Amino acid sequence: MNIVVTVKQVPDTWAEKKLDPTTRTTDRKSVDNVMNEMDEYGVEEALKIKEAHGGEVTVVTMGPEKALETVRKALSMGADKAVHITDEALAGSDALQTSAALAKVIATLSPDIVITAAEASDARGGVLGALLAEHLGFPQLTQARKVTVDPGAGTVRIERQADNGYLLVEAATPVVVGVVEKINQPRYPSFKGIMAAKKKPLTTLSVADAGLDPGTVGLANAASTVLDAQPAPPRQSGTIVKDEGDGGTRVADFLAAQKLI
Amino acid sequence: MPDTRLTDEQESLRRTVAEFAREVVAPVAARHDEDRTFPYEVVAGMAAMGLFGLPFPESYGGMGGDFFTLCLAIEELARVDSSVAITLEAGCSLGAMPIYRFGTEKQKREWLPMLCSGAALGAFGLTEPAAGSDAGGTRTTAHLDSGMWVINGSKAFITNSGTTITRLVTVTAVTGTSGDDRDADRTKEISSIVVPVPAPGFTAEPAYSKVGWHASDTHPLAFVDVRVPEANLLGERGRGYANFLAILDEGRIAISALAVGLAQACVDESVAYARTRHAFGRPIAANQAISFKIADMEARVHVARTAYYDAAARMAAGLPFKKEAAIAKLVSSEAAVTNAREATQIHGGYGFMNEYPVARHWRDSKILEIGEGTSEVQKMIIAHHLGL
Repeated sequence: MNIVVTVKQVPDTWAEKKLDPTTRTTDRKSVDNVMNEMDEYGVEEALKIKEAHGGEVTVVTMGPEKALETVRKALSMGADKAVHITDEALAGSDALQTSAALAKVIATLSPDIVITAAEASDARGGVLGALLAEHLGFPQLTQARKVTVDPGAGTVRIERQADNGYLLVEAATPVVVGVVEKINQPRYPSFKGIMAAKKKPLTTLSVADAGLDPGTVGLANAASTVLDAQPAPPRQSGTIVKDEGDGGTRVADFLAAQKLI
Repeated sequence: MPDTRLTDEQESLRRTVAEFAREVVAPVAARHDEDRTFPYEVVAGMAAMGLFGLPFPESYGGMGGDFFTLCLAIEELARVDSSVAITLEAGCSLGAMPIYRFGTEKQKREWLPMLCSGAALGAFGLTEPAAGSDAGGTRTTAHLDSGMWVINGSKAFITNSGTTITRLVTVTAVTGTSGDDRDADRTKEISSIVVPVPAPGFTAEPAYSKVGWHASDTHPLAFVDVRVPEANLLGERGRGYANFLAILDEGRIAISALAVGLAQACVDESVAYARTRHAFGRPIAANQAISFKIADMEARVHVARTAYYDAAARMAAGLPFKKEAAIAKLVSSEAAVTNAREATQIHGGYGFMNEYPVARHWRDSKILEIGEGTSEVQKMIIAHHLGL
């Protein structure tokens, strides 16, 4: 199995996130950056498929030079090699441009399975998997909470998470699979893995190296434009219910009004 | 002065352990503390990451890291839970390190892989009910009888000695006397012997009721005619105590790292609390009585970390580090105790409630001035280096 898994470096989920007021994009300089948490599940699933059926796991990312830390983490978890698309000209690319660039590079790797996370915790667009499938001309199996690969038949079957249960969906390889957190428990890299990561093959591609048209990338050529951005309003103070004998009923009424019960 | 900057790999490992501590250790720390249970599931997770094999060569099942890197892992674990941190510290530097340093090739091949994997824990039995800092007072004996050591005696406060995955206890025992000096303690021949457990005659007695480190496994041990093969002698006969002292020097750096983790945790908790807790219409951090206290705590932890990094870097560079390790142990354990006291004070009444991590840190801190050489012993070492 030739497996490609996409990863993205995002601002630390635990940190307070800010928007850059001039570009209206996420301010990635003021906070610690980490691998998008859901991508860890994607990498883990790729490694599990490799461990069960053999093959190779290639990590692909697009992002600034610092995103190399995220690539290294995936390699230290056990991925075999990595491709890092990085170029100043790519800054500010939207989901459409990012997916086009990633697809261009992924196509050259001739994957059987492309794994992506259902969404990234920064922009939360949740569209990368679908866009990649479209660009690559692959079927897409998204919201996967379980993946079963049948290399003999050349098929991938998933349990697709739904509101009231799951759907069993199958497609022939090559295929794009989007995973959710329920799918596994990502491993922590060992020190041996961390040491080995440095020696694994890493390909760094510029816009030109990747064969991308410079006139289509970056903030200036984005298909979508953020017109305005406002910080989230401070959290409102909660409602205090003073118990005068009917406290329980009033709490229940409140929850019912919020459609929580 | 040796270079104390972390390599990229050390920094990655530190971050990984910090993540593990936050995601896996933190959610269960209070429960294990309250119930006084050994966190087997956490230890299994640490084992899967290879933490128990961190400072040992890959040829013995280790990770090929160094002692400094182990200290970084211990610090990050202690930032969340000292019990888990001491389990790793004792597992590596007391359980496996003596075998790695003083064992024969056969002994290393036999025992290190299982200890490095974390599937088994080893313990070191030095302290006795009547012999702590003065280990020359050892009363446990071992004599040879048809190719077997026969061990009798008792040990006290032995970490990792009674878990269901404990497989080895190395003990120091009197194996004879030399000369006819009237002060018998000075002429005792003390040797180290490896006892695979469980063994007939070996008992890990009920765990102590401790002030802190509730989730760490600590027992008194009894040996009644415990028989092990003569080949289980670890290191040269009569060098048992001297060898252990060498292990203790580096162990002090690891305990210092643990103390720094706890002292840092107290800063982290206090900063978060002082920002969000309001009194008299403003966050308590707006009062210099609080913010200066936290500034002092931060200064203390910085100095303590610098001291242990220096000792660890000296050790890694092959330079003498005995005095520096003693200084690191002394200042970091004091920083931990002081920061824990200040953090509970900042938390007010909540600081006295066990559900708040600072209360646990406060209980867990005191042992740091006692274990692995008391503060007084560290001062003896430092004074000795000054020719006093």
